[in-house]
Amino acid sequence: MKKTLFVLALLLGFTATAGAQTLLNAAGATFPYPIYSKWFSVYHQDHSNVQINYQSIGSGGGIQQLKAGTVDFGASDMPLNDETLGQFPFKILQFPTVLGAIVPTYNIPGVQAELKFTPQALADIYLGKVTKWNDPEIAGANPGVKLPADDIVVIHRSDGSGTTFVWTDYLSKVSPDWKTKVGSNTSVKWPVGLGGKGNEGVSGLVQQTPNAIGYVELIYALQNHLSYGVVKNSSGKFIKASLETVNEAAAGAAAKMQKDIRISITDAPGANAYPICSFTYLLIPVNISDATKRDAIKGFLNWMVADGQTMVESLNYAQLPKAVVDIEKKQISEIR
Amino acid sequence: MNLRLTWRKSLNVFMLTLTGVAALAVVSVLFLILGYLVWNGWKSLNLDFFTKLPVPVGEMGGGMANAIVGSLKLLLLAAVIGLPMGVMAGIYLAEFGGRTYGFTIRYVTDLLNGVPSIVIGIFVWSIVVAPMKTFSTFAGGVALAIMVIPITLRSSEAFLRAVPTSLREGAMALGASKWRTILTVVLPAARGGIITGMLLALARVAGETAPLLFTAFGNQFWSPGWKQPVASLPVMIYTYAISPYQDWHRQAWAAGLVLLAIVLIANIGTRIVLSRGGVRSV
Amino acid sequence: MDSNASAIGSAPSPWTVRSIRRRLVSGDEVAHIVTLVFASFVILIASLLINELWVNCVLSRHAFGWHFWFSSEWDPVFEHFGALPFIYGTIVTSAIALVIALPLGLAAATFLAELAPRTLSDTVSFLIDLLAAIPSVIYGLLGIFIVVPLMRTMIGPALKSVFGFLPIFSGPNYGVGFLTAGIVLAIMVVPYIISISREVLLTVPRDQREAALALGATRWESTWKVVIPWARTGIMGSVFLALARALGETMAVTMVIGNDPKIAASLFAPGYTIAAVIANEFSEAFGNVYRSSLIELALVLFLITFILNGFARLLIIATGGGSPS
Repeated sequence: MKKTLFVLALLLGFTATAGAQTLLNAAGATFPYPIYSKWFSVYHQDHSNVQINYQSIGSGGGIQQLKAGTVDFGASDMPLNDETLGQFPFKILQFPTVLGAIVPTYNIPGVQAELKFTPQALADIYLGKVTKWNDPEIAGANPGVKLPADDIVVIHRSDGSGTTFVWTDYLSKVSPDWKTKVGSNTSVKWPVGLGGKGNEGVSGLVQQTPNAIGYVELIYALQNHLSYGVVKNSSGKFIKASLETVNEAAAGAAAKMQKDIRISITDAPGANAYPICSFTYLLIPVNISDATKRDAIKGFLNWMVADGQTMVESLNYAQLPKAVVDIEKKQISEIR
Repeated sequence: MNLRLTWRKSLNVFMLTLTGVAALAVVSVLFLILGYLVWNGWKSLNLDFFTKLPVPVGEMGGGMANAIVGSLKLLLLAAVIGLPMGVMAGIYLAEFGGRTYGFTIRYVTDLLNGVPSIVIGIFVWSIVVAPMKTFSTFAGGVALAIMVIPITLRSSEAFLRAVPTSLREGAMALGASKWRTILTVVLPAARGGIITGMLLALARVAGETAPLLFTAFGNQFWSPGWKQPVASLPVMIYTYAISPYQDWHRQAWAAGLVLLAIVLIANIGTRIVLSRGGVRSV
Repeated sequence: MDSNASAIGSAPSPWTVRSIRRRLVSGDEVAHIVTLVFASFVILIASLLINELWVNCVLSRHAFGWHFWFSSEWDPVFEHFGALPFIYGTIVTSAIALVIALPLGLAAATFLAELAPRTLSDTVSFLIDLLAAIPSVIYGLLGIFIVVPLMRTMIGPALKSVFGFLPIFSGPNYGVGFLTAGIVLAIMVVPYIISISREVLLTVPRDQREAALALGATRWESTWKVVIPWARTGIMGSVFLALARALGETMAVTMVIGNDPKIAASLFAPGYTIAAVIANEFSEAFGNVYRSSLIELALVLFLITFILNGFARLLIIATGGGSPS
C-alpha cells in the first residue's frame, strides 16, 4: 500500500504544472509542418519557458479549432475571406510565414525520368478524364519516355486542407471544366481518387502505391525521395519547383499585399515562375487576454520574421519578401 | 447403400478436418501478427524510444517518451473516474437491483458498450473540450472512463453474483446488516474477479485511438498537469503509420510492440490469476 | 395503531417508517442509494450522449430531412451532404467481414468444442481471446504494411484471374478498398464468434449428441444437424455482437479503405465508412451544416448499433447463455 502511494505521489509530482512555463497550443496546415516543427523546436531550445505545441491536422482543422477557441492560434494555407472571417466570434489577423510549392508527385514503376505535365493534363487526371499513364495528354508532353499503359491511381486529401485549396485554386484557373464541376476549397467533391490524411498521408500513399499521383508540398517529396514532375506555367515553359522559381512567382505579390495580405499566387505571371505556389498563414487573434500568452506569441512572431526566415531555405521553402515582413511587423503591434 | 455410406463417412472426415484447419488458420494468424509485430518492433526499440521526445519532421531519431507517460496519465484518469463508478454500479445490480430498473441499467450499459468509440470521442469534444476551450488530458481521461464503466460494471456484477448466497446468509445470520455483509464478506470474496475485470477494462482502453483524436489531441512536448493536450501511444502509432517517413514507420512498430506488450501482459496475467483462484473468467 | 396507517390491507406504514429509520441508521439505505446513484449515472451518460448528438445535428436534419439517408452527394464546397456512400461502405465492409468470419469462426469453434481434447481447447481458446484484445490501431498498422501489399500483389490478381468477370471483382485493384477493409475486420471479429460460439456449443446437452449418434449419424452429421442448430440462437447472438464491433470500427478501417465517398460495385474500389469519415473530417468541419451532417452520421451509426445490440441481447437471453465479454 505504501509503495503504491509513493509511486502515485511520484507520478503526480512529475505531472504537476511546471513552473513559469508558457504553453501555447496551435493546430492547422500540414503544408508548412516541416518548417513549423523545426521552428517551434528551435524556439523552445532558445526560449525554454515558451512551449508551442503544433498539431498538423490540416488547414480546415486549424480554422475550425481556432473558431471553437480550443487552440491559441491556427495555421492555414488558405487565406480567410471576409465571409469566413465574419463567422469568427473574434477578430483575427493573418500572418504569412513562408512560401511553398506544391508539386505533382508520382510513383511509376520503371519510370525514373522527370515528367512534364501540362495544366490540362493535371486537371484531366484529377477529373478522371485521363485514366492511363500513356494517355496522349501526358505522353505528348514527354516524348522519349516510355509510359506504361497502366491505370493512374489518383491520390487526394481526405481531410480539410489548405494544400487542396491551393491545388484546386490552380486547377480552377487553368481548367474551366474543373471550375464548374468541382470548384476550389479546402474540401471538395473529388471526381476520382483515394484519400490520404495530411500531406503526410498523401505522400505515404504515393510511396506505397504503384502508378499513383498525388499533390504535396515540395519538402515532402524531397524528404521521402519521391519523383515529382515539372509543370508548364502561364508563359509556356515547363518549370521545376525550386527556390528561384517560387520566389519569382511571389515577385509581383508584395505590392498587391500592401492592400490585402491575402493573395493567391497560383499561375503567376513571369517567365520562370512556378505556377503552383502559395503563402501559408498563421491565424492569430487580435485580442489575447492572457498577458504571458500574448507576449509569447508576439515574441515568436517577431522571431519568425527575422531569425526564423534564415532556416526556411534549408527545407526548400522560400523566404518572405522584405516588403511583406514590414507589413507583418506592423500587424504584430496590433495584437493587444 | 454402400455408396451412400462411403459418401457420408468421407464427408465426415473431410468436414471434421476442415474445422481443425479453420482453428489452425485462426491461431496461425494470431502468431503471424504477434510474430511480425515483435520482429519489426523489437529491432526498432532502443533506449531513445523510451527517453527522448519526438524530433522535428523529417529528422531522424527521437522517441516517444511523452507518449508513454501520456498514455499512463490517461489510463490513470480513466481508472480513477471510471473504475469506482463501474464497481459501485455493479454492486447495485448484484445486491440491490430491482427487476425492471436492473434490466434497464443492464440494457443501457450494453448499449454504451456498443457505441463506436469515435462517437464517444465527439461526444466528449462537445461536453468537455468545447466548454473548457482546450484539448486536455482530462478530456481524454473522461472519454476513456466512459468506455471503462460498462466493461467494469458487467464484470463486477458477474463476479459478485458468483459469490455463493450461503456466504451472505451466513453473515446475516450472525447479525450483520446488508452493507456490512457486502463490505466484509461479499467484496473480499469477489475481489480477485473484480480486480481482473478492472485490469481487463484498462487494457482494452489502453489501445483506443479514436476517442483520443478530438480530446487528448497530441503534443510534441511534455504535457504538465491535466489541462493540456497530451501525446498518447495509439495516436502516435496512427500518425506515424500513415506518413511516408521511414523513421516514423520504425517508431510506429516499436510503439505497437510496447502497446501490445502492455495489453497482452494485462490480459495473460489476469487470466492466470483468475484460473488459479478457481473462478471462471468472464 | 399509528395514525399513519393507510387503507386496511396495504403495507403496514408504521412498520415501514420505523424500519426506514432503522435501515438508515444501520447504513443499508445509504448503501442502496449511493450505489443506485452510481448505477443511474450510466443512464445519465447514455441520455446525455443521445441528446448531444440529436441537438447538434439539427441543421442538417432541417436542411436535408430524410433525403440525407438516400443522397450520395458529399460536397463541402456546395454544402450538399448525403449519408448513402457511408452507410453503403459500413454495411459492405461489415458484410464482407461476416462472410469471412462466420464460416471460419464457426468451424473453429466446432473444432474446439466437439473434437479437441479439453486442455487443447482451453489453451487455443485462450490464445484466440488474446486476438480480441489487440488494439485496433495495431490491426491498422498491420493492415497497411501486410494486407494492403498482399492484396495488391497476390490476393487481388488471384481473385481477378478466376472471378474477374464478376462485377464485384472488376476494376483496378489498388490494394486499399472495401475488400481489404473487410478482411482486416474479419480478423478482428472472428475471436468474438469463436469464443461465444464455443461456449454456447459446450452447453448443448450431451444426450442430444448421443441420441443422434445412436441413430446412426456420423460425428459430423450429429454436429451439423443437431448440435449447431441447438446452439443456433447463441451463435446468431455472437454474430450480432461481431457485427456491432465491425460497424463501429474506425482506425483499422480508415487506414486501409481508401477514404473515397463513392458507391461502387467492385470490392476492389476504395470506399468510406461512417466511422472513418467522422474520424477524418470532424476536427476540420467548419461551416455548420458540414459539422451537423457528420454528427447526423454519428447518430445513424449509433442507431444501427443500438438496434443490433438489442437483437443480440434478446437472442442470448433466449438461449439462456452466459453474458458474453
